[in-house]
Amino acid sequence: MAERDDLVIRIAGEAGEGVLSTGQLITLAAARAGYGVLTDSVPPAEIKGGHSLFQIRIAPQRIFSRGDVFDILLAFNREGYDRNIRELRDGGMLLYDSGDFEPPANPGTYQQHALPLTDIAKKELQFELGKNVVAVGAISALFGLDPEYIRRLLHQRFARKGEAILEKNYQALAAGIGYVERNIPERGTLQVKVGTLGETSRIVVSGNQAIAMGSLAAGCRVYAGYPITPATDIMEFLASELPKVGGSVVQAEDEMSALGMVIGASYAGKKSMTATSGPGVSLMVELMGLSSMAEIPIVVVDAQRAGPSTGMPTRQEQGDLFLTALGGHGEIQRIVLAPVSVSDCFTQAINAFNLSEQFQMPVILMGDTTLGVRTESIPTPDLSKYEIVNRLGIHDHGSNGSNGTNGATGTGPGIESGYKRYQLTDSGISPMAIPGEEGGQYVATGLEHNESGRPRSDANNHRQMTDKRFSKLELARAAAPAAHYYGDQDADVGILCWGSAWGTVVEAVDAATKKGLRVAAMAPRMVWPLPDHQLLPFIESKRVVLVPEMNYSGQFAQLMRARYLRELVSVTDYSGGVFTVARLVQEIEGVHQHV
Amino acid sequence: MSDSVATKPLTLDFYKSDEKPTWCPGCGDFGVLNGLYNAMRQKGLQTKDIVVVSGIGCSSRLPFFVSSYGFHGVHGRAMPIATGIKVANPDLKVLAMGGDGDAFAIGGGHFVHAARRNLDICYVIMDNNIYGLTKGQTSPTSQVGFVTKTTPKGTPDRPINPLRLAIASGATFVARGFSGKPKELAELIVEGINHNGFAVIDTFSPCPTFNKINTFKAYREEVADLPKDHNPSDMHKAIEAASSTDPMYLGVLYREEGESFEDHLAAAKVGTEENAAKVMENLFKVYS
Repeated sequence: MAERDDLVIRIAGEAGEGVLSTGQLITLAAARAGYGVLTDSVPPAEIKGGHSLFQIRIAPQRIFSRGDVFDILLAFNREGYDRNIRELRDGGMLLYDSGDFEPPANPGTYQQHALPLTDIAKKELQFELGKNVVAVGAISALFGLDPEYIRRLLHQRFARKGEAILEKNYQALAAGIGYVERNIPERGTLQVKVGTLGETSRIVVSGNQAIAMGSLAAGCRVYAGYPITPATDIMEFLASELPKVGGSVVQAEDEMSALGMVIGASYAGKKSMTATSGPGVSLMVELMGLSSMAEIPIVVVDAQRAGPSTGMPTRQEQGDLFLTALGGHGEIQRIVLAPVSVSDCFTQAINAFNLSEQFQMPVILMGDTTLGVRTESIPTPDLSKYEIVNRLGIHDHGSNGSNGTNGATGTGPGIESGYKRYQLTDSGISPMAIPGEEGGQYVATGLEHNESGRPRSDANNHRQMTDKRFSKLELARAAAPAAHYYGDQDADVGILCWGSAWGTVVEAVDAATKKGLRVAAMAPRMVWPLPDHQLLPFIESKRVVLVPEMNYSGQFAQLMRARYLRELVSVTDYSGGVFTVARLVQEIEGVHQHV
Repeated sequence: MSDSVATKPLTLDFYKSDEKPTWCPGCGDFGVLNGLYNAMRQKGLQTKDIVVVSGIGCSSRLPFFVSSYGFHGVHGRAMPIATGIKVANPDLKVLAMGGDGDAFAIGGGHFVHAARRNLDICYVIMDNNIYGLTKGQTSPTSQVGFVTKTTPKGTPDRPINPLRLAIASGATFVARGFSGKPKELAELIVEGINHNGFAVIDTFSPCPTFNKINTFKAYREEVADLPKDHNPSDMHKAIEAASSTDPMYLGVLYREEGESFEDHLAAAKVGTEENAAKVMENLFKVYS
């Protein structure tokens, strides 16, 4: 019976009508049952309630993208129907709350069934609040989820509210399942193969939540930020968590202030971060230069959205790479990391703090709209597997504590030896004093300075200090975290991408392979400085390399062309949406004809 | 902890770095720097526990001339950096020092918000009514009609009154000092450091090189101590005193006791670093 490799369900209705809670309940239950789950929700562009949308893709194994099309539309109201029906795939199914509206005549391209959620909840159960649970039951019956997983979730949520409430919810669940079994005969064709990911130890989180959790695990203890879509939920998450570990969150008056606070807090010894979007990064660039010049570790999350200027605040774009890699006056040493998935968001947040602490420079973590708001079911991170790096202190000898990998030759200077904050070392990394430490007194400055931190502008000093700072950048390049690889690495055709494009690329590689087309894919975790030792072997072993990016200019491709003098085929999408698997397969087919 | 240092006699030299000030001879900033050294000595502060934060400008070079920790930031952003330092370690004594351009032009937005947060720092504005580092342009505290190379017909902009701005923004300690009276200034700085909250000391610090209007001589004739019966807890009287131009009052115009930003942050903390592993474990449970 259960034959499908995946099922995509879109739930649409009024914001606040339970679209989100219905979706989240299904997602969690399916994840617990071992299905791969990936959700996507478009935050309403308008402030006032408005249209809300939640899309869930369910498969027996791990999935990487939201799916090009959706199979089922569950419309809670007429607007949800109007806005989404045209995108329902041919042969898909419309379910609508007949207690709310009746849709216009079906053109015959899809099946449709009334799903009287409101009526069942109100009239049958006398439990109006149970509408969402009826919907959850109905959806679970469609794709074949064992209802036991939902019952356990309901128990977890409602048991403390009393036996009566819990029983009502169980009834609502059963009513949803029963209705589908009696009235939707095609349900057999929708059943998804049983989940294979196992039942234990998975969490369902969004990319932004994963970044916030990773930061917490990395030791972030101060967050300062200014609200901006789509980054704000990182701040909201940390505002409730940081005080539990003695940390603080400050809402600043603007983004310049936010980064100034982060720099001040890190100077004073706390791992610190801010999260913003492109418009905020534009404002922060001057202070990023200060962090680089004064060698103060900071982490900036850039949850990219479509620009320029205010652009399309709720839409997708990978348009900020030039800004984060190259933006600013003078030559700013900085590291740019790009997570490719929700689980990678967690890992890369830790990488960001580790690298900034190790090399005492700004690290920018490039998320984006789709990566930030989508949720995935990911393995619960095993914290013992992550190394946490702390900056080289004035009492450390030749290493920065736990790992000893930064190669600094600094010796704990102490007051007797005459502490030099910017001491020239083989690695370029100098021990960093923290206010309160005796013997470390120094002035951090954005002026060019000598080893002691005093302002100096003679030629020799500027050359030495510039060399020092850039030598750290070269070490960072060599220390790039492992890249992601997928597909047949011996293929002649390669795909090189960065950030959230990876999910679609992985599924495009699978689809192309099924068609007999050999293709290799790679995404570096560090996109600036370019990790030569990862990128060059990949580029040189391919006859053609496609570089798909969600921007107009092909920014990543341009950075690589400039450094490697290699021809790369830029593939761009600047619709404000994401690549489809079909589009990338088409591009792969296109180049295969010429290889 | 640092006994060898603590037992050293706290002379003025203890607070002086070996970096020579870059200021012109006769600059008002020398008097402010001396006032600061004296205040630190009177308070008996250890240099390891002090951070002097500044922005950019002639006066913002000051941290280099002090033997404590310091942060010479970027133009206008002294307040955000000072805020971050205090958020990370509220036990540090943070003094912000800088010019009128730094505080009220490019940093004007931050000044207002640092004041309304009631950040527990002492902010000494070295107010010379001109941009000195860029060699003589009008500033936010220059008088209407002030002629400079960028305002050859005289500036049309009305000056900011730093004291009224500070009071209106929520600062809880608002004072005016004068570089020509370094002893009184040192006392104001001590009071500012003692105050739990945002202490603003707008300090006349004349620029002998580019400003021929607001000179030591002119200020000596214009300033006067506050009347003995001035009540600094009366906001209306404080605004009245701040608005007076003849004379221009020196001293503590306004003072209000209450909780500082740091007090609020401390109260918000519901755990310590030791909880870290437990918090992560709990998060994984909540999202599973």
